[in-house]
Amino acid sequence: MNLNKVLKALLIAVPVMTLAACSSTSSTSADDARTSEAAEQVTDTVQVETAEPVVSPAEQMRQKLEALRQENTIYFDFDRATVRPEFVEVLEAHGTFLRANPSVRVTIEGHSDERGTPEYNIALGERRAQAVVSYLQNLGVSAGQLSTVSYGEEKPVDRSRTETGFAKNRRAVLVY
Amino acid sequence: MMTNLLKKTLILIILLLPALARASLEIVITEGIDSARPVAILPFSFNGTTRPSENLAEIVSADLMRSGKFSPLASIKMPQRPARASEIDFEAWAREGVEAIVMGQINEIGIDRYTVSFELIDVLKGNSGPSSQMLNAGKLVTSNEHVLDSRETTINGSQFRQYAHRISDIVYEKLTGERGAFLTKIAYVLVRPDNEFPYQLVVADYDGVNEQILLRSKEPLMSPSWSPDGTKLAYVTFERRQAQIFIQDIYSGRRTVVSTFPGINGAPVWSPDGENLALVLSRDGNPEIYTLNIASKALDRVTNHRAIDTEPSWSPDGKELVFSSDRGGNPQLYSVNLTTGTTRRLTFEGEMNLAGAYTPDGSTIVMVNRTQGQYHIAKMDRQSRFLQVLTKTNLDESPSVAPNGSMIIYSTMHGSSQVLALVSMDGRFKARLPAIDGQVKSPAWSPFL
Repeated sequence: MNLNKVLKALLIAVPVMTLAACSSTSSTSADDARTSEAAEQVTDTVQVETAEPVVSPAEQMRQKLEALRQENTIYFDFDRATVRPEFVEVLEAHGTFLRANPSVRVTIEGHSDERGTPEYNIALGERRAQAVVSYLQNLGVSAGQLSTVSYGEEKPVDRSRTETGFAKNRRAVLVY
Repeated sequence: MMTNLLKKTLILIILLLPALARASLEIVITEGIDSARPVAILPFSFNGTTRPSENLAEIVSADLMRSGKFSPLASIKMPQRPARASEIDFEAWAREGVEAIVMGQINEIGIDRYTVSFELIDVLKGNSGPSSQMLNAGKLVTSNEHVLDSRETTINGSQFRQYAHRISDIVYEKLTGERGAFLTKIAYVLVRPDNEFPYQLVVADYDGVNEQILLRSKEPLMSPSWSPDGTKLAYVTFERRQAQIFIQDIYSGRRTVVSTFPGINGAPVWSPDGENLALVLSRDGNPEIYTLNIASKALDRVTNHRAIDTEPSWSPDGKELVFSSDRGGNPQLYSVNLTTGTTRRLTFEGEMNLAGAYTPDGSTIVMVNRTQGQYHIAKMDRQSRFLQVLTKTNLDESPSVAPNGSMIIYSTMHGSSQVLALVSMDGRFKARLPAIDGQVKSPAWSPFL
């Protein structure tokens, strides 16, 4: 009975809120359209060129880090902790950067898929993180720059429990 | 478009309603009713004005049914509703195949005070005719041989649920000879990925009722383990973005860090005497099993192998640990004697065997078995080494045995959700405890409380 009232109130409130939301979004997109038209008209009579900005070493490092963060994941085979050849290039890029910037530290997170048991998967995740650490150390990165943490199956990126999902979850991630 | 949104909102509201009304775990029995023994739990009669909010007979029926050993008769099939034991028509109940009857009454004796009495009656003994009534010194008296147990107690309104489980324990023990485990709890980890604190450590009654969140975290929580006195949990937390082991008092909320070495701090398990934790550390390079004296902080290394050694579990006498190791190539179970250090491989069947745990009598080891890529709960007889797969569910893990050894709770997949499930030690009874919201994992059954 009370519930009925709540339901009725919601039935009225929800459409009203949606209406309000609809009208506000449409006005913003119209404004955007006008601005971009104005910008295009100018291009007929002038040509704009850009100069190379002077990039400070700090800014250069930031840009490199940004690029490395884009490619920071190494995937593994089931129950394995061997770095596959296709990830050699990625690790070499990270290795070169870390060697050039000895003050930068990175944490390597090890992960597994959701098959098997949680604690065994913690051990497996650590093995994967350590495989990446050994690889980077062989490239000349100092041990003091590298630390590991294994999350096992606790932080999957794909929760679908399909072969594709499992493959995405068996990974090591370099976190700066 | 508007009507579509309206529909979605309505569906959402309808979906949310049961979540508000029910406890978050609900038991669905999936297999094994046929083999159970028929009993009857009569509705308790009530004298007074304020009826208790809990229905004793319903709770006792549900407990006995969930044990997998009993099949309580539906109330519509009951041949009569006797008010007292002397009115029981034993023949009528025997015709229904009922072995035993539980009947009782509740008397309101004051504000929020109730006297509850009950009798457990053996139908076969009651039905054996002349022996139930006999002549004693010329008078006809009733023999009480058919009354297996009878008790009376005074409780307040909030204790009905607990007392119902107590009745179930008594009935179960009288009829099976084995101690009941209805007054126990389970601890588990609830994962709600969209929540601000997605990882939650939860304790509930064994049937999922009275759920209490003990800890909410933004980072994973793992492997809760009960202290033998049932007052504390040891568990793994990643709240500092590294694994640490904490002990938390369930009732005071007091938390103490017990292990925070570099690398893995995992798989804590309380020793049967409550003085030590077996745990896994990788501080020396790879996962090894240690024992930690909780009071003195003294650490003893148990294993020393370059393979993975993990998932320790104590034998009931505290003299031995069973653990998982991939020292033979694939992960299998091994045992190590804590005095002599002698290590033996225990399992040879299947591609992998993981997460071994002794049953309370020490006769059996329960584990996760992988055969042809399928992960199921299995048990192995310690003497004969006969291994039996108990479940057919998908991606089973984290088995935990009830303190009376009757049942295993574990985590499995149902559809796209991780849920808890139960299987009886003989594999015949199976049930599922689906969560209404979130993924449930790492169940741990409490000791007797």
